[in-house]
Amino acid sequence: MIGVPLTHILFLSTALFFIGVFGFLTRRNMITMLMSAELMLNSVNINFIAFNKYLFGHQLDGVFFTLFLIAIAAAEAAVAIAIIINIYRNYQSIDIDDADTLKF
Amino acid sequence: MDLSFLIAMKFEMMITLIIFVLLFLKIDGRASNQTTIRVAYGMLVLNLVLGFAGNVYVEIFNGMFRSTPLLAFEKNMLNLATLIIALSSYEWLRNHKHLAEFFMLLLSSLLGMFFMMSSCNMLMFYLGLELSTIPLAALCNFDLHKKISSEAAMKMILSSAFSSAILLFGVSLLYGCTGTFDFKMISALLTGSTLQDLAFILIFSGFAFKLSVVPFHLWTADVYEGSPIAVTAFLSVVSKAAMSFVFISVLYTVFGKLGSIWYAMLAVSAVITMIIGNLFALRQSNLKRFFAFSSIAQVGYLLISISSVSILGVASVVYFILIYIFSNLAAFGVISVISSLTGKESIEDYKGLYASNPKLALIMAISLFSLAGIPPTAGFFGKLFLLTAGASVHNWTLIIIASLNLIISLYYYLRIVRVMFIDETNEPLVKLNFSINETVAFLICVLGVLSVGFLRGVYELIFGLSSGL
Repeated sequence: MIGVPLTHILFLSTALFFIGVFGFLTRRNMITMLMSAELMLNSVNINFIAFNKYLFGHQLDGVFFTLFLIAIAAAEAAVAIAIIINIYRNYQSIDIDDADTLKF
Repeated sequence: MDLSFLIAMKFEMMITLIIFVLLFLKIDGRASNQTTIRVAYGMLVLNLVLGFAGNVYVEIFNGMFRSTPLLAFEKNMLNLATLIIALSSYEWLRNHKHLAEFFMLLLSSLLGMFFMMSSCNMLMFYLGLELSTIPLAALCNFDLHKKISSEAAMKMILSSAFSSAILLFGVSLLYGCTGTFDFKMISALLTGSTLQDLAFILIFSGFAFKLSVVPFHLWTADVYEGSPIAVTAFLSVVSKAAMSFVFISVLYTVFGKLGSIWYAMLAVSAVITMIIGNLFALRQSNLKRFFAFSSIAQVGYLLISISSVSILGVASVVYFILIYIFSNLAAFGVISVISSLTGKESIEDYKGLYASNPKLALIMAISLFSLAGIPPTAGFFGKLFLLTAGASVHNWTLIIIASLNLIISLYYYLRIVRVMFIDETNEPLVKLNFSINETVAFLICVLGVLSVGFLRGVYELIFGLSSGL
């Protein structure tokens, strides 16, 4: 059988994870930072599904974890966006550099 | 029908019940703030009392969830801490429009921590973790109109999303190595390969974020300063306590075999956490920020004890956290009373506090002595046991660095005592009156700080429970 080997998929998910990390650390827009964090969570999803399909085809643990993860990521995004809306009301901006009242 | 799950999930069901009662009160809309707060206090007291009965070893849901006497003891501690926080924030909550929501979010977060502590499975652990952090982020933003409050919440939710993504990546690699989420089965299948080491490092970083271990501590001070004081107290005491209990159980049960790697990681992060926490605490002028760095430093001492991998280590961590709950919550209670009545939070404002409010100044002084670890208070015994546990594996350099840090911490804790008792000012705080609720909270805390160190039974009880971990 000629298919995509596991390593290719792991490469994809790891690349996606670090694109997320890079985006989170460099982007200055809060929504984009949130999207980057979601990208990291999605790379974890790919990992779970891939491991489940290639290595542990007889069980469903990884798939279940992914389902829960998607639901929780949605909940997290809902709270985060509510907070960002509130920031916008207070600061008139969602740029992370403008919200700099708290500093050491 | 098997009813063992009723006993095992006693704490969780009780908290859920309280949340629903408050929810119905809110929907009904007729209850005044005064009624709601009385119901909440009453149910929290009931919850605390019921927590002491019938705690046995139970495992349910195919071993996903377990309850042990030690876990029950830890949950009782957290219940007590939540009750103290609720009592001492009475002044702030009394006229708050969203009183019921405050308790609902607070208790949801506590519920998440309970699930997390009881979990024996990565999925259950992750669900508990998220249930405990997402409501906390909403709580940080509880003063909706305050700029710093929303900024703190933003920092909290973004950094917690980032850290849980890192933790999950580690969990997914671990799943790839072992094919299971069960703690005991993972532990049996670990071989110490490079991929497993990487997974461990990622999971460790996720934990370090939540425990605010240096270098993952940067969110701590900002979030603590911006949040309302009750939430700061909850974050620095309850959330940190729950995280350290889970950290211990994950390290000891899941990663027991990788001990050689995590010993070095724990030792290094303990040293830098203590040093950075102490040095930054020296230069703070806002009290909430000050307590943020002081709590970072305290986590450093905890890590030393955790690195000893023994029953002594577990027992001394639980004992230290019990004392930490009393001493830190007494201090936060004082800050909460002063801040909600006058709006002042900086150290400068506390000048001449002893002259105008001798009771508050004395409570604050006792709690600061306990945090600094000065002998008659319980804090001394807590630190003593932590360092004794650390010394049991003969890592003397670590103990010496910790002792030096304890001396630095004396300076900044006593600086506040000096400001309150000796410094004079032209515009002192007025005499503040607080209600019976705060008085009860202060009484519990002060009694705890003064007695826990001398009551021999407390430590022996904790040690006995820890042996059955």
